[in-house]
Amino acid sequence: MTNPIYEITEEAELMLLIGTNATEAHPIIGYKMRQAARNGAKMIVCDPRRIDLVDEADYWLQIKPGTDIPLINGMMHIIIKEGLEDKKFIEERTENYEELKAIVENYPPEKAAALAGISVEDLYSVARLYATTDKAMIFYTLGITEHICGTRNVMSIANLAMLTGHIGRPGTGVCPMRGQNNVQGACDMGALPNVYPGYQAVTNPDIQQKYEQAWSTALPNKLGLKIPEMFEAAHEGKVKAMYILGENPVLTDPNSNHIREALEKLEFLVVQELFLTETAEYADVILPAASFAECDGTFTNTERRVQRVRKAIEPIPGQANWETICQMATHMGYPMSYHHPSEIWDEMASLTPSMAGINYGRLENSSLQWPCPTVEHPGTPFLHSGKFTRGLGSFQPSEHIPPGEMPDKEYPFLLSTGRILFHYNVTTPYSPGIASIWDKEMAEFHPLDAEKLGLNKDSKVKITSRRGEVISAIKITERVQPGMIWMSFHHTATPTNALTSDVLDPITGTGEYKVAAVKVEKL
Amino acid sequence: MDLFKVKLTINGKEVEAPVGSTILQAAESAGIEIPRLCYDPHLSSLGACRLCLVEVKGNRLLPASCVTPATDGMVVETESDAVVEARKTILELLVANHPLDCMTCDKMGACKLADYCYKYGVKDSPYIGVKHEYPLDDSNPFIIRDMNKCILCGACVRACEEMTGQDNLSYLYRGFNRKATTAGDVPYIESDCVFCGQCVAVCPTGALVEKSMSGKARRWEFDKVRTTCPFCGTGCNFDLAVKDGKVIGVLSTPEAPVNGQMLCVKGRFGWDFIYNEKRLTSPLIKKEGKFVEAGWDEAYQLIASKLNGIREQYGPDSFAALSSARCTNEENYLVQKLTRAHMGSNNVDHCART
Ligand code: SF4
Ligand code: SF4
Ligand code: SF4
Ligand code: FES
Repeated sequence: MTNPIYEITEEAELMLLIGTNATEAHPIIGYKMRQAARNGAKMIVCDPRRIDLVDEADYWLQIKPGTDIPLINGMMHIIIKEGLEDKKFIEERTENYEELKAIVENYPPEKAAALAGISVEDLYSVARLYATTDKAMIFYTLGITEHICGTRNVMSIANLAMLTGHIGRPGTGVCPMRGQNNVQGACDMGALPNVYPGYQAVTNPDIQQKYEQAWSTALPNKLGLKIPEMFEAAHEGKVKAMYILGENPVLTDPNSNHIREALEKLEFLVVQELFLTETAEYADVILPAASFAECDGTFTNTERRVQRVRKAIEPIPGQANWETICQMATHMGYPMSYHHPSEIWDEMASLTPSMAGINYGRLENSSLQWPCPTVEHPGTPFLHSGKFTRGLGSFQPSEHIPPGEMPDKEYPFLLSTGRILFHYNVTTPYSPGIASIWDKEMAEFHPLDAEKLGLNKDSKVKITSRRGEVISAIKITERVQPGMIWMSFHHTATPTNALTSDVLDPITGTGEYKVAAVKVEKL
Repeated sequence: MDLFKVKLTINGKEVEAPVGSTILQAAESAGIEIPRLCYDPHLSSLGACRLCLVEVKGNRLLPASCVTPATDGMVVETESDAVVEARKTILELLVANHPLDCMTCDKMGACKLADYCYKYGVKDSPYIGVKHEYPLDDSNPFIIRDMNKCILCGACVRACEEMTGQDNLSYLYRGFNRKATTAGDVPYIESDCVFCGQCVAVCPTGALVEKSMSGKARRWEFDKVRTTCPFCGTGCNFDLAVKDGKVIGVLSTPEAPVNGQMLCVKGRFGWDFIYNEKRLTSPLIKKEGKFVEAGWDEAYQLIASKLNGIREQYGPDSFAALSSARCTNEENYLVQKLTRAHMGSNNVDHCART
């Protein structure tokens, strides 16, 4: 997020929500949005599904799945035609404006609205409202990124914010909300194939040299594999061994059958996990993991806020995860000897300028948002004030890219997936209390479709895509559009990702979880 | 003169406070704590319980300090004889209709009603009357509701509406039967409740308590360990309540930078996965298709020989590591360091499901 969470209630005059069901996926952020709306801030919700926040919204654009780009291009078209763009901001802080103008010229309101499946009047209203509100924040999550055009969607949102100067000030900005608790931190720490901690490129010789010196060893300068490529390479027999820490790709990644095959082909698999997950079943060695209550450390939230995680009880497997990793490395002939996670943090911070000013002492009674380059630095609640990190902000316009797979005669329903309140990927089903409230998958069907298929609330269905099939209970609800089915992916008994598309965003490798074609059979 | 400040005298002390402060806030800023039951700084003020009443010179009534603005030149007494007398009466009236089973109540130690009764020496009530006999609502896995202990401070109603925006609670019935409850007065499990537990966090009595903590410890018997929620990217902070080396519950805290008192069902009630009996406790090695328990050293040795062997035979890029968006920064740092520095590959990523 470019801007901090507290600005939702303290600064924002308008919230534009695109593809984010905040009250379920990020409940506290969702609750704050609701508070802000009730205190007079405007709210625009763009979502194919009638999410709870629609009740608070001034506008609900029920767009067709996968049409975010035409929606945003249409808004920008109107903004430019009506002269509502922030000319000073564009002049001083951006580049490539002409290309943006040329592309959005192709999205007159009638065409854009038709593509997105919304009314022209609503498109005009939200375009004008967003452009003319001084403090407007944009929020998005997986509804934007989990598409074939995920990266393009993200760039389009940035274009919209820059076009109207809604960035670099309190109460503005672009706020992608990270799903899992420490996605931000995993990225910041360099658990990525192209960068060291703090987004320092592995291909940059100076950076490489710095780490070679610090770690006293030669380091590779070739980009590594992203997740889908890893599994592809395992399929092809190029990746022979894997170490998987605390992830369950068989349940959470798209097209799980493909991943099972890849894991089967590995010569050796180590999994470090709390439970014997679907993925752990494929392991040759499983190392028991410790939970958050059993380890010292830090998490970094979606607004780049680094906060302490504290050990409250003795680790159930006998040792904390960092100790296990250190011992494993040491046995492998690469000694790691830290006495406390603070020493690991300090080593990382000493090599990472954007986090150099953060240490456990400063985190003892507070939290800090990076960039925080020195120990005197107060941290950075919002980014891009006065200047973008990389100089001028470049407009990266995009044409509409339809989803990789759309419903057809054989697979007539559009399946979309997401999170529900009571669950968080794969841990919460192990909470007895939470599991008892929501113990099975409930695929959502519109009443019209339920009637056509002869379904009632106790029906069970078999849902089949070109890649797999699952059996699920159902819920009949007007939250979904006719022709659309919505499912979560939290339940082992209904592994929704056996269905999801294998289409990937070519840039990030993120799966297109949001759109797949399926057929339904009543059981 | 500062146009944005008011000057008043509280208990003989000169106090300055921002214009718009209530007497209660002005007193608090000067370190004078006025007893309160229904006031919560994070909720709108209701002025319902009147326990915060004070004496203001020149005013015959005793105004409720949580809803009365502080004005210039005001002279306030917060513990005068008249005030103490009135507070005692209020407490006696509350206690008249309150089960006095404090010795087994889970909130004891964090119950404001009991604290103030102690402070003002209220043991029992001269106003013996009918008591409610509401059934206990333990319909759900998270929250126990004992409406017999409710003092109608309305904090739960306001928290549900103003924090979560769920609007699941309101007041039903009149007079003696007035009740802060769900629409239709149904148990929580049948209501629109999302089990955020905000109502529990603000309830000043034992009317609302966390089920997981019931019967486990009195409020002064456990340690609190401040930590960060493991469930989503919002980064809420809370305290783990730990008794005898075991987590027994989660308590939210107004000091949490992102979320204050607010949590969602996952953060407040989802922690019990840590004691799921399916937790793995020992390394496992697959032998002839079956997992067999093994010692740590045996597991490490096997890992070392296999991973090093595969690297020797097929080169560094035959290895790949999947780190975790659920694990700490420090763990992630170590995984990418091991992959890069020892295995010699940049094949490290974490779950794409951001
Ligand atoms: S748990 Fe949350 S939603 Fe349920 S009644 Fe309490 S405050 Fe309202
Ligand atoms: S249940 Fe608790 S918070 Fe709600 S009105 Fe009763 S005493 Fe107050
Ligand atoms: S309490 Fe809820 S909103 Fe807060 S971090 Fe945890 S899961 Fe997210
Ligand atoms: S605290 Fe002031 S009226 Fe209740």
